[in-house]
Amino acid sequence: MSSTAVTLSQPSQKARSEWRLIWRQFRKHKLAVISAVLLIVLALVAIFADQIIPYDPNAIDAAYARGRPQPPTAEHLFGTDNYGRDYFSRAIIGLRVSLFVAVSAVVFQILVGVVIGAVAGYFGGWVDNALMRFTDIFLSIPSFFLLLIVSGIFGGTIFTLILLIGLLSWMTVARLLRAEILSLKERDFVLAAQCIGVSGRRLVMQHLLPNALAPIIVSATLAVPYAILTESSLSFLGRGVPPPHSSLGKMMEDAQQWLRTAWWMWVVPGSIISAIVLTFNFVGDGLRDAFDPRLRR
Amino acid sequence: MSRYVIRRIIQAIPLLVATSILVFAILELAPGDPTQMYMDPDKATDPEYLAQVRESLGLNEPVYVRYGAWLSKTLQGDLGFSFRTRRAVTFEMGERLPNTLLLGGVALLISIIIALPIGIISALKRYTLLDYALSTLALVGISVPVFWIALLLLQVFSIQLGWLPAVGMHDMREEYTGWANVVDVLKHMILPATVLSLAQTASWSRYQRSALLEVLDQDYIRTARAKGLRERRVIIRHALRNALIPIVTLIGLSVPSIVTGAFITETIFGWPGMGRLGVEAIDGRDYPIIMAVTMLSSLVIILGNLLADIAYVWVDPRIRYE
Repeated sequence: MSSTAVTLSQPSQKARSEWRLIWRQFRKHKLAVISAVLLIVLALVAIFADQIIPYDPNAIDAAYARGRPQPPTAEHLFGTDNYGRDYFSRAIIGLRVSLFVAVSAVVFQILVGVVIGAVAGYFGGWVDNALMRFTDIFLSIPSFFLLLIVSGIFGGTIFTLILLIGLLSWMTVARLLRAEILSLKERDFVLAAQCIGVSGRRLVMQHLLPNALAPIIVSATLAVPYAILTESSLSFLGRGVPPPHSSLGKMMEDAQQWLRTAWWMWVVPGSIISAIVLTFNFVGDGLRDAFDPRLRR
Repeated sequence: MSRYVIRRIIQAIPLLVATSILVFAILELAPGDPTQMYMDPDKATDPEYLAQVRESLGLNEPVYVRYGAWLSKTLQGDLGFSFRTRRAVTFEMGERLPNTLLLGGVALLISIIIALPIGIISALKRYTLLDYALSTLALVGISVPVFWIALLLLQVFSIQLGWLPAVGMHDMREEYTGWANVVDVLKHMILPATVLSLAQTASWSRYQRSALLEVLDQDYIRTARAKGLRERRVIIRHALRNALIPIVTLIGLSVPSIVTGAFITETIFGWPGMGRLGVEAIDGRDYPIIMAVTMLSSLVIILGNLLADIAYVWVDPRIRYE
């Protein structure tokens, strides 16, 4: 490692070269790079959905409203649903809702997981013990059934859906971060920081968390597909995103009754969900490899 | 070891109690109450009648009394009566649970039979086209939503080709007995079991691949090769035995996702199991059934974790629990 000497003398360069190394490793994973590009495109589509959609997703095209879905035409790329609403526009808006729910839920679960994991790992002792038992409770809950119960009986909004998915899936992050901080705490640089009188909060925020960033980023990336699948499964069972909103899972539920006659009704949203989940998984895979120093050459 | 198992079982008790309190509280906080679903709408304005219905459902007591009663009865094996069918919850569960276990067991078996060879082949042919193809396929398998695959298979095999029945566990028109009945159930099981096994198959094959790859890098494998053992023997006797350890654990840890899969798969395929019972109970606000399904799922998840840890010790003598 000839670069060590350089980075030691020039600490400001270290951060940059570290990220450059990660980027170099990430670039080798071709599918991950392609997926990352695709993800950016999907995110842009979701953000600029209003500009992209050719029709109002709830507007009824009288010429197509024949009580059953109409196949794709030049006017309606993905056909229309049974009310004569443009399916392409609905899919774009559905993509936005699904991505929004999933990403928000993951942000929320990362926040909860980071706080619990960092506190447990940093303080140790009975605090750690209590928090880990608390984590065990959440790990032993049949979370999908609980989601079904809550959204089935309470009805619920997009906001509660985000909260619920987040509340039932922070445990992995908490455990990962706790383990990471427990091991980082024993390192010399933490001892050094403590010797010069760095406060506990500063130690966690500036020294421990940044060094534990890699596993958090990877698990966040891999949590998004999980959240999307959870949201769409719930919506598919009729208990997710409430009307009038339409998520990709909700579209799948509506499509069920047209299973025999209108294949595009379920092929379209299903393919989009699969594509999002797949790209996130590929990117997560690539990031995991890129962050793993053992794989660098 | 047995002390460890006993301690773990004792530790599971507060987890189960916490889960039951949580779900009980959620049901309590829910707006409205199940009385409205189980009354005669013509008499909805008669307060005496409503009180009577509420009492017959056991909802007239304050919540802590009801929870206490539920807990003590549950500990004695009495899970109460279903609001909807008025039959004992234990009876309802007894009717549905075997079906779920059958479906889940078959799915598990399919996963193991398919995932392990795929993982092993992938690892042995590391970085070849075959490995890339199998690994990519596995990632696709993890990514595709369960319900989508279910609809796809339904579309192809039961709607287009008409080879397999779409819903249920038995043929509605015929009463089969004996061997014909077994064949009939098997036919109904092919699609749901395939769907249920898919996610596990995909993720286990990935783990099997990396587990074997890790073992193949170990010194004792080099030693075995240096001794001049045939490659076959090195792989089967030295590498595979150690590479199976993580998988045994993984099977226990996959229980939560199998439970989740059961709720979705059983609902789509109309499989008369516990998952569908749970979903129906939510629709009917059938509290005793909801509690029972929750507790059973939770117990299964905890047991899965415990089995994973025990299996870990059992296959790897280097690990010891205090």
